[in-house]
Amino acid sequence: MKIIVCIARAIETTAKIKFKNEGREFDDEGVQYILNPYDEWYSLVRALEVKESLGGEVTVIHVGGADSDQIIRKALAIGADNEIRINAEVRSGEEVPHLLAAQIRNMDYDIIFTGQETVDYNGGIVPPMLSALLDLPFIGVVSRLELDGTTATLSRQIEGGVEVVESQLPLVLSATKDLAQQRIPNMRGIMMAKRKPIEVVEPNSFESSVSTAGFHLPEKEKSITYVDADNMDELVRLLHEQAKVI
Amino acid sequence: MSIIVFCEFVDGGFKKNALEALTYSRKVAQEKGEDLVVVVNDSDFDQDVIKNYGGKKVVTYDSVPVGDSRSTAQILSGIVEQENGSIVVLPYNSTGKGIAGQIAVKINGGIATSVNGLPVEYDPLVVPTTVFSGKATADIRISSDKAVLGLQNNVLSPEESPVDECEISAYQGDVSPHITVVRQESVTDDIPLPEAEIVVSGGRGLKGPENWPILEELAQELGAATACSRPVADSDWRPHHEHVGQTGVTIRPNLYIAIGISGAIQHLGGVNNSKTIVVINKDPEAPFFKAADYGVVGDLFEVVPKLTEAVRKWKSS
Repeated sequence: MKIIVCIARAIETTAKIKFKNEGREFDDEGVQYILNPYDEWYSLVRALEVKESLGGEVTVIHVGGADSDQIIRKALAIGADNEIRINAEVRSGEEVPHLLAAQIRNMDYDIIFTGQETVDYNGGIVPPMLSALLDLPFIGVVSRLELDGTTATLSRQIEGGVEVVESQLPLVLSATKDLAQQRIPNMRGIMMAKRKPIEVVEPNSFESSVSTAGFHLPEKEKSITYVDADNMDELVRLLHEQAKVI
Repeated sequence: MSIIVFCEFVDGGFKKNALEALTYSRKVAQEKGEDLVVVVNDSDFDQDVIKNYGGKKVVTYDSVPVGDSRSTAQILSGIVEQENGSIVVLPYNSTGKGIAGQIAVKINGGIATSVNGLPVEYDPLVVPTTVFSGKATADIRISSDKAVLGLQNNVLSPEESPVDECEISAYQGDVSPHITVVRQESVTDDIPLPEAEIVVSGGRGLKGPENWPILEELAQELGAATACSRPVADSDWRPHHEHVGQTGVTIRPNLYIAIGISGAIQHLGGVNNSKTIVVINKDPEAPFFKAADYGVVGDLFEVVPKLTEAVRKWKSS
């Protein structure tokens, strides 16, 4: 089984959100980047489980500059066999699936794993766009995957439940919680990851029609109204008459 | 040119997010002086609803479940071509998340997701979107001729705009299935969390799963869905699908009541677009109070039953 796992980096979830260049760019000074949790905890680990039960290899692909090598090494430490970095600074989420597809078209694969979204920009567009560019079925927000020959049975999360679907391989899925259990890299993995070469490929050119015109932070801190713990009638009145939410 | 909106007909009705998308699209069509075309996934749909919200032209298709995102995206893209569509609007729910990106590729259009308001500019198109789990808004500019917009819940209120006649046609394009839907499993008989108008949520302050009934009673009285913080889900006090926050579900209900949740930044990220936030916590220094509209400092085991009682009293008055 040849497995591709697309990984992204994301801004660490406790980072202070601030902007520069008159609000046109995210200011990442002092900000830590992490391997996107949906990619690391669920997508990559489930891919490794599939390899462990069926044999094969897991190749991780990432679009980013040299400063992404740290998160790539983490994926290798967790157990990925090979790594390809498409050497491009990402300017829009739209660019990523085009660059990934251009690379993946030249590769052999049976299944492509992604995470449901990055925890910073939360767009979630890379997985479905990638599937359309490769003309493959897409199943999003997947919490369970079973493989039987070339048939995959997947549970995708829908409002209020899950939907169980079947599709033939190859396919693209995006992972969410419950697809696998997070794995902590061990010392041996970390040492091995340091020695593995990262294959760097130069990107195809892609002109995105989407750009960020500007960022805004919420207007200001909310002003809070405290209600006495013994006066819940007052809270109900405020929610009804002032906030008008009940 | 026309604005294409996807209104999913599900379990014999249209959900609120479909009517929000329809209202949004009607306004955009009006602003741009274009036609509005409503796409419905069932020819046996409720026409009165679509007419009531201003849909004059409907294109339907049948027998393709939305869970087959590839075929659904193919059909919608075919309709965009047939109707000379400029902007495709759809709710960014589980269906929209599956198909929006695929449509963008197929029609060669730009895409913006988690759109939280009407366009701020039309030429080129600029739309506000929620990023950083609700901690900021990014205005996204789309300079291509075609665009796909995935709308957040509660982006605006559905507005009626009745029309007398509605022209309905069936999509004639070829559709081959790619994904088979085997079955659906409900995890709850209650209101799905992402669609709930009111959410009552509990944290570690509840001390254990055995104490959830006091929260559930309040939720029931308010017609609310229940949710929880990450530590609660991680301790298996509550199922994971109830976990709201940056790595769980992101919600924006009208009312979010946080009970015994301190308000870690990752949790706030999942809920701070709620219209009104009420925080009940015994620790006056809990960071959640900074994000709250209303705060109650007190022991939740006393406060919550009192609140439930107050709601009951108000409802019967």
